[in-house]
Amino acid sequence: MPDDRVNSFMTGPDEQGRFGIFGGRFVSETLMPLILELERQYEIAKTDDTFWAEMDDLWTHYVGRPSPLYHASRLTEHLGGAKIYMKRDELNHTGAHKINNVLGQIILARRMGKTRIIAETGAGQHGVATATVCAKFGLKCIVYMGAHDVERQAPNVFRMRLLGAEVVPVTSGRGTLKDAMNDALRDWVTNVRDTFYCIGTVAGPHPYPAMVRDFQSIIGKEVRWQLAEQEGEGRLPDTVVAAIGGGSNAMGLFFPFLDDPSVKIIGVEAGGKGVDDRMEHCASLTGGRPGVLHGNRTYLLQDDDGQILEGFSISAGLDYPGIGPEHAWLHDTGRAEYVSITDAEALEAFQLSCALEGIIPALEPSHALAHVMKIAPTLPKEHIIVMNMCGRGDKDIFTVAKHLGFDMKI
Amino acid sequence: MTRIDQTFARLRAEGRKAFVSYIMAGDPDTATSLAVMKGLPGAGVDIIELGMPFTDPMADGPTIQLAGQRALDAGQTLEKTLAMAAEFRKGDDRTPLVMMGYYNPIYSRGVDRFLTDAKAAGIDGLIVVDLPPEEDDELCIPAQKAGLNFIRLATPTTDDARLPKVLQNTSGFVYYVSITGITGAAAPEAADVAPEVARIKAATDLPVIVGFGITTPEAAEAIAGIADGCVVGSAIVKDIGEGRPVAEVLARVAALAEGAHRG
Ligand SMILES: Cc1ncc(COP(=O)(O)O)c(C=O)c1O
Repeated sequence: MPDDRVNSFMTGPDEQGRFGIFGGRFVSETLMPLILELERQYEIAKTDDTFWAEMDDLWTHYVGRPSPLYHASRLTEHLGGAKIYMKRDELNHTGAHKINNVLGQIILARRMGKTRIIAETGAGQHGVATATVCAKFGLKCIVYMGAHDVERQAPNVFRMRLLGAEVVPVTSGRGTLKDAMNDALRDWVTNVRDTFYCIGTVAGPHPYPAMVRDFQSIIGKEVRWQLAEQEGEGRLPDTVVAAIGGGSNAMGLFFPFLDDPSVKIIGVEAGGKGVDDRMEHCASLTGGRPGVLHGNRTYLLQDDDGQILEGFSISAGLDYPGIGPEHAWLHDTGRAEYVSITDAEALEAFQLSCALEGIIPALEPSHALAHVMKIAPTLPKEHIIVMNMCGRGDKDIFTVAKHLGFDMKI
Repeated sequence: MTRIDQTFARLRAEGRKAFVSYIMAGDPDTATSLAVMKGLPGAGVDIIELGMPFTDPMADGPTIQLAGQRALDAGQTLEKTLAMAAEFRKGDDRTPLVMMGYYNPIYSRGVDRFLTDAKAAGIDGLIVVDLPPEEDDELCIPAQKAGLNFIRLATPTTDDARLPKVLQNTSGFVYYVSITGITGAAAPEAADVAPEVARIKAATDLPVIVGFGITTPEAAEAIAGIADGCVVGSAIVKDIGEGRPVAEVLARVAALAEGAHRG
């Protein structure tokens, strides 16, 4: 790794919580002292060995880390080009990468003496992960979820309730993930003393984007040594690919490789029905422009008046009109490339993974896989692609069945 | 001196407290909200806060959220809100106008262009909820340079160590948010708020106006009594949301104003 700090992509954010012009702390005064205190406590925890020792212990024995790095040989053969590896974060406890971050935030919340945890959730994966860790530690848990998502992700709603969480269906605004985040922020403004807001992605005001990235970076760190183990000392991936909702699984995979110029980095946004002026997609970078929402400046889907638009995607976990500020910066600096994949392409990748690898993926990583399907055939066999299989598809089988015209009624 | 400074000088000379009222621009449509706005000074309002609708008002409760949605559904834009202010100014050159809302619509228009347009429309001050002192370079400093007051919120979580930072680039008045919570939440007790107001007044010469949760003339009187005035928003916006005629809305405002002026 270059020790030239000036040219490093790994030093952000700055003191203001900025990655270039992105990020920052755009919150009401009531919350400002809270996020400053959170930043202070995180800075202490970050350099405290006992904090990371507790994380490591739980990552190993509770989550099941390290997750395998798996050579998808039949998929590789089928596509006839680059060698494809899957980072199997779908095998984590609760079925996605979300728990990596939740553990970190909850351990921090406990250190801060907070007893009431709030979270927002879209697909329900972050909500389930938060409810799970709260159950483990005996903490009160309240999850805000858009009323529309409560309907389309019913199994996860029931899981959260089984785990003892209170699920609050959000009807404000249009009742989607961004509205759930608004209501979580409103809760936090109201319950400032005992409450910890556990954000599920690399968005929100500083220090959340950096903190969530740090917790998710375990993904990329593992890939580094796992690939070296399987392909030889010093062998780095040539391309890393991940799906992006807010961008946490992607940041987790990308971050440890930012200063390795030979590693090509590709983020895959949800293209919904296609990225055009009908705006039926969630591709903030390819179809949005910079703005300020939920405490940070980033690329947003918005109209000419600066009003935020609803995203559209088959995947509830990608259905967010923004993207983490660090991705906005990596996009503008050109360090990472961002592309989009449509619902139809993701569905095709979903089925291919089932058929060739016996892995039922979540719809989110199906987007990443769909892009791998596009590029792998154009690349030589020595080229190594690592894609983040960041969630399993159990939660999505109803949605997929509906799209494939399969009657699930028993 | 802006119209805001002049108004407080006049009120001080008269020994009266300020009554500040909030309405959402374009709620339920531009014409109706302009009619309400034009009637506010006659109903006893000293300073008008004109809400700029935004899709994601993270510091607002249901009443003001819904008002913003009604306005947006009826096609309100920042352009139309500025035009409303200009129209109001044609008939009233005295009442201060403060635009209140969130940063993104302003950022989207472009800060310089917005400030030029706001100044031209007769706007005197800005309250932008999601711009704390840490982000002063964005709008606060440019606004002051353009001759607009930038009014900051102080809250119960703003402790003594932080207070100077909050007051530093504030002008016009300080808006003390009397509760930790969103607009329209439960009313505070004047006795609980008084020490907080005293704490802020000890640190600044600016007038301190208290808002959030005030819905009755009695509460307006009590709160204005321990500060330099009070703000009422949700109680008025609720009447508008229920489709009450303009005259009825203004009668409510007049009763609240009388309460505040007794304080
Ligand atoms: C499996 C999975 N992947 C990805 C996401 C999107 O989030 P992020 O982009 O932060 O990884 C979600 C969100 O629910 C998810 O459940």
